[in-house]
Amino acid sequence: MSRIEATLKNVNLLGEKALIAYVMAGDPNLEESGRIILEVEKAGADIIEIGVPFSDPVADGPTIQKAAERALRDNVSLADILGLVTRLRRQTKIPLILMSYANPIFVYGIEAFFKEARKAGINGVIIPDLPPEEAKDFLLHARRRLIDMIFLVAPTSTPERAEKILKTGSGFVYYVPLTGVTGSKLGDTDAIGLRVAALKSMTDLPVAAGFGISNPEDALALSREADGVIVGSALVRIIETASEDSDYLSRLSDFVASLKGAIRT
Amino acid sequence: MQLPNKKGRFGPYGGRYVAETLMPALKELEETYESLRRKAAFKKELGYHLNHYVGRPTSLYFAERLTERLGTAKIYLKREDLCHTGAHKINNTIGQILLTQAMGKKRVIAETGAGQHGVAVATVAARAGLECEIYMGTEDMLRQKLNVIRMRLLGATVTGVSSGSRTLKDAISEALRDWTRNVCDTHYILGSVLGPHPYPMMIRDFQSVIGQEARQQIIRSEGRLPDLLIACVGGGSNAIGLFHPFLQDEKVLMVGVEAGGEGIESGKHAARFAGGSVGILQGTMTMMLQDANGQIQLTHSVSAGLDYAAVGPEHSYYHDKKRISYTSVTDDEALAAFKLLSETEGILPALESSHAVAHLVKTAPELSKDQIVILNLSGRGDKDVDQVSRMMGLSGEIEDECSGGQL
Repeated sequence: MSRIEATLKNVNLLGEKALIAYVMAGDPNLEESGRIILEVEKAGADIIEIGVPFSDPVADGPTIQKAAERALRDNVSLADILGLVTRLRRQTKIPLILMSYANPIFVYGIEAFFKEARKAGINGVIIPDLPPEEAKDFLLHARRRLIDMIFLVAPTSTPERAEKILKTGSGFVYYVPLTGVTGSKLGDTDAIGLRVAALKSMTDLPVAAGFGISNPEDALALSREADGVIVGSALVRIIETASEDSDYLSRLSDFVASLKGAIRT
Repeated sequence: MQLPNKKGRFGPYGGRYVAETLMPALKELEETYESLRRKAAFKKELGYHLNHYVGRPTSLYFAERLTERLGTAKIYLKREDLCHTGAHKINNTIGQILLTQAMGKKRVIAETGAGQHGVAVATVAARAGLECEIYMGTEDMLRQKLNVIRMRLLGATVTGVSSGSRTLKDAISEALRDWTRNVCDTHYILGSVLGPHPYPMMIRDFQSVIGQEARQQIIRSEGRLPDLLIACVGGGSNAIGLFHPFLQDEKVLMVGVEAGGEGIESGKHAARFAGGSVGILQGTMTMMLQDANGQIQLTHSVSAGLDYAAVGPEHSYYHDKKRISYTSVTDDEALAAFKLLSETEGILPALESSHAVAHLVKTAPELSKDQIVILNLSGRGDKDVDQVSRMMGLSGEIEDECSGGQL
């Protein structure tokens, strides 16, 4: 069992649900991202997803698009981010997942990327524009380096597709509870719960839900069935005030604590 | 060998790099297309619309004055500018609107660069009585105002996209986001041989009517195949449409003309084969302009329809195979060609198609009188009149003339 899967299951054994927090690397700058990640961990996140900025993020809504634009103003690269992870690993053991579009990894070199990611201390990779059908080379090198490839299941996925995705991925299953991009509005949480429950019945992997969870109430509603919840845009909206509010880190910390508080029991 | 293969690959290029949410819709589209494409009833209906509504076949016109002026090969123009709505784009939208109806979708969306595809989508959507929303970069809206107005008159919603470079690339991203939100009731009518499988294959098939007609027409008028085909390449749908039916004819040479902008050395261009590398963008693996970190670069062209960072995956394949050669011309060369064709043949070409004409002018000295060239005149230049007149300083002249007359 991988670090990521074990972390989710251990949290669940304590009777809690896991909080997976997303932070865009390089927003507002790379050094500050390091501080943000440590702060978010301290505030209660169980796993951290580090976003790799991309110029054309088709699966993201405006909040994360703008965060990527801010990061790219400093030309933050995948290599820079692996450097940040290497430094962070001296201070934290929390499972770290990179979330990147396919192209930055493809251009870095798939084999070289997984080798360096392993060395830096990355535990998992999520690539939103890489369905299992196109993932062969990525899976090969990820497995060789014991890095989880985490795939997404959408409300539009047929049972056959869901089955295939469950067989291909490891770590956890990323359930997208809505048809839409990151930061969209969440729909009827009872209906979502039923779909998460159906997905859970098909696999032993933990199921985490993300996209559209913007407050502790959403987190609580989705965590009734899911093993964990993923929150991104709502954190980025606090981080984007960094330039005008020197105290944003404590607000971020309070918010993360309130999310984790909601799913602790 | 059948290209693409079942996974939508042209050699290493193509594929289907999209969010899971869209995968089932792409499968549905592929299945719908595969089941209809060979059916006699579908072919008959498509043929009916192409003949009676689009105005096909378009003429293969012998450009006698241009031939005389250049003094070398015989020049034929495939007159896609005569299609209803003024460009080849409608060959594809007519096909895709039939698929939309077959899938029972109530709404269509599209991206547009120069506005020709957007107009072609708005047109077929109006005729089918479907809701229509077009995404267009705000930079392109400014330089192609006339087409924005045309789309709105046709009842479409035109939504400006002000992220990134505010051009075609960003319009495609926004259309993909809309599709992700509304995938259950919406079909995305992509406009070029780009994006995830089955789009590059399906759009090539719909556009191949250009080459199929041209092949018959040239044999009828000259009794033989042409020596050279020339077409401009943005995403590359008009080019592959002309080229595809000739690919097995080894003696027919083909040149795709990319946007050289202010010159390759200036860095302000959209010539993917001159400065690009392999990457993954907006659903497909292909040649594109990007930096060393895999971030997509901003492009430049006087022509909104060629101003895009990636080229269709099938073009990347034939480039590698050296079956099609690719070159580029600058903004200035395209403008000069616009003027030349207008003055010699009485045809205002689209700025996109002017790139093909400009290459013809450049390559003419290397051709001989017994050779035959077919140039794809992919669209008409009415939409560009405002921009061209500004660049040539023509609107100022009229104002001077009239204020002079009042004295």
